[in-house]
Amino acid sequence: MAASDILLRGHEISRRWGGLVALDGVSLALRRGRVHAVIGTNGAGKSTLINILSGEVAPSGGRVELLGQDVTAWPQPRRARAGLGRSYQRNTIYPDFTVFENCRLAAQARTQRPWAWWQSAQACEASSSAAHDAARRAGLDDALDRSAGLLSHGQKRQLEIAMCLATQPEVLLLDEPLAGMGAEETERMLALLATLKAGHAILLVEHDMDAVFRIADELTVMVNGVVIASGEPAAVRSNAEVQAAYLGEQ
Amino acid sequence: MMGVHRRPDVRLAFVIAVFVLLALLPFTAGGYALDLITKTMIYAIFALSLELLVGSTGLVCFGQAAFFGIGAYGAVLWSPQADAASLLWLLPACVGAAALYALAVGALSLRTRGVYFIMVTLAFAQMAFYVVHDTPLGGGTDGIYLNVKPVLGSVLDLGHSGVFYSVTLASLAAVFGGLALLLRSRFGRALAGIKANEQRMRATGFSTYGYKLAAFVLAGAIAGLAGFLFAVKDGYVNPELLGWHLSASVLIMIILGGLGHLRGALIGAFAFALLQEFFKSEAIFGAFAKHWSLGLGLSIIACVALLPRGLVGVPALLRERLFGTRRATVDEVIDGGV
Repeated sequence: MAASDILLRGHEISRRWGGLVALDGVSLALRRGRVHAVIGTNGAGKSTLINILSGEVAPSGGRVELLGQDVTAWPQPRRARAGLGRSYQRNTIYPDFTVFENCRLAAQARTQRPWAWWQSAQACEASSSAAHDAARRAGLDDALDRSAGLLSHGQKRQLEIAMCLATQPEVLLLDEPLAGMGAEETERMLALLATLKAGHAILLVEHDMDAVFRIADELTVMVNGVVIASGEPAAVRSNAEVQAAYLGEQ
Repeated sequence: MMGVHRRPDVRLAFVIAVFVLLALLPFTAGGYALDLITKTMIYAIFALSLELLVGSTGLVCFGQAAFFGIGAYGAVLWSPQADAASLLWLLPACVGAAALYALAVGALSLRTRGVYFIMVTLAFAQMAFYVVHDTPLGGGTDGIYLNVKPVLGSVLDLGHSGVFYSVTLASLAAVFGGLALLLRSRFGRALAGIKANEQRMRATGFSTYGYKLAAFVLAGAIAGLAGFLFAVKDGYVNPELLGWHLSASVLIMIILGGLGHLRGALIGAFAFALLQEFFKSEAIFGAFAKHWSLGLGLSIIACVALLPRGLVGVPALLRERLFGTRRATVDEVIDGGV
């Protein structure tokens, strides 16, 4: 695996909240064309890790590199514009807007032009076409005109991904995209993630172990803010420490 | 937009009808009514400035009167004692001063959120209030008079009430039209996104602080314009123009009219003025009219309780009651807020 394939790298990332160590020296690399799953029990530090990688929370120590650049000091919006997309565990869509406008507004981040006050946002072709494209890829082209708040839970999760895609990111950080989904919706989402793999580096935080082992190319297991195992899913699965700490408890 | 059910034509027609009506009024209405309408139009401009923050961006500013008052005091303090000042420089100076104060207040207060933001904006407004109230700069509690009203060469003399009415109406139309354009632009959509979910906006790549600060400064400038007009109209300013009572009144106007719609600010300002006149009327209430604020307060409470979407929501409410239909909320929000 060539080093140039690494789109996002976290190096020795630590985060302390007062006396509590949420993350302790976590390193990982995301490569284009690969799904890197991070699993761990509640409180293992998965969400903190995503928040630090995306720039929402500053690390106490360590470094984040995006496309070969040190972005540790960059605020979240700048990282997002540089190609880092994330979805949230809870739905963070704009419920009063249509599905299309949710995607279009996300895509607008790439062509903001806030000074062009005389131009209608709807006339922005770049964001409109990116929005159509993202909605189509996420399987929402039938729902473009619907109010986002009225979608089913599964469709809202798809919209989360579509909004992510609309910003045309290189790296996707997905925080529990399968949470609360039924079997059929899970299948649809996994198929979607499989199609996204080719063009992106994907970090997947997920509790659904069946899904994780089906789609992940790499696996990192965290316990109490520390990585206890990392590598090919099959190798990680047979790791005794992982079985004792996590998988065995299921 | 993309086949969403909405009726922009009806709304546009309503707004145009209001402006046509206001333009025709001087030909029919008497002096008192015209004076009242002029004052109300100034309040409508002021309400629009706050609507940009509260209704369009989700920033509840509780110190909007500071910018209004700065525009008003500027008009009086910078006018020569015995000569008419030129609009050409006085108006930009007043609007600019209000915008500048808004820049300072916004730069600091926008680092806070929610109830802290409300309190910080109030604190900055009170600071400005006490500067004019307690220092020789603003003439103290007595206020100061504007001796000669500003002119624009020999073209416009704001001392003439007919001319002043036209200028106020033109200002209101320009502010309304400008904001309507702004809200449908990419900048306006970004503000709507910030109101709906700022965290998501940052995650998609919008530096929201800059957007909010730009909106705050623009709102301050518009409030400054309203204050300028107010001072020129009455030829008199006092510290009350920067007081929190006025900040609260303008907040009530936009809530009464309906947040999230520019025409809500327009309707709210007129409804507020009409209610005030109604409860102040001795012909109707006799001696009780001196307790007008009680009636005004009660009627506002009733309005807010019965009309959660404000007065702009009345047609939709009637449709629901009469025909049992309910539109998706999306058409209320997505039209760019006109």
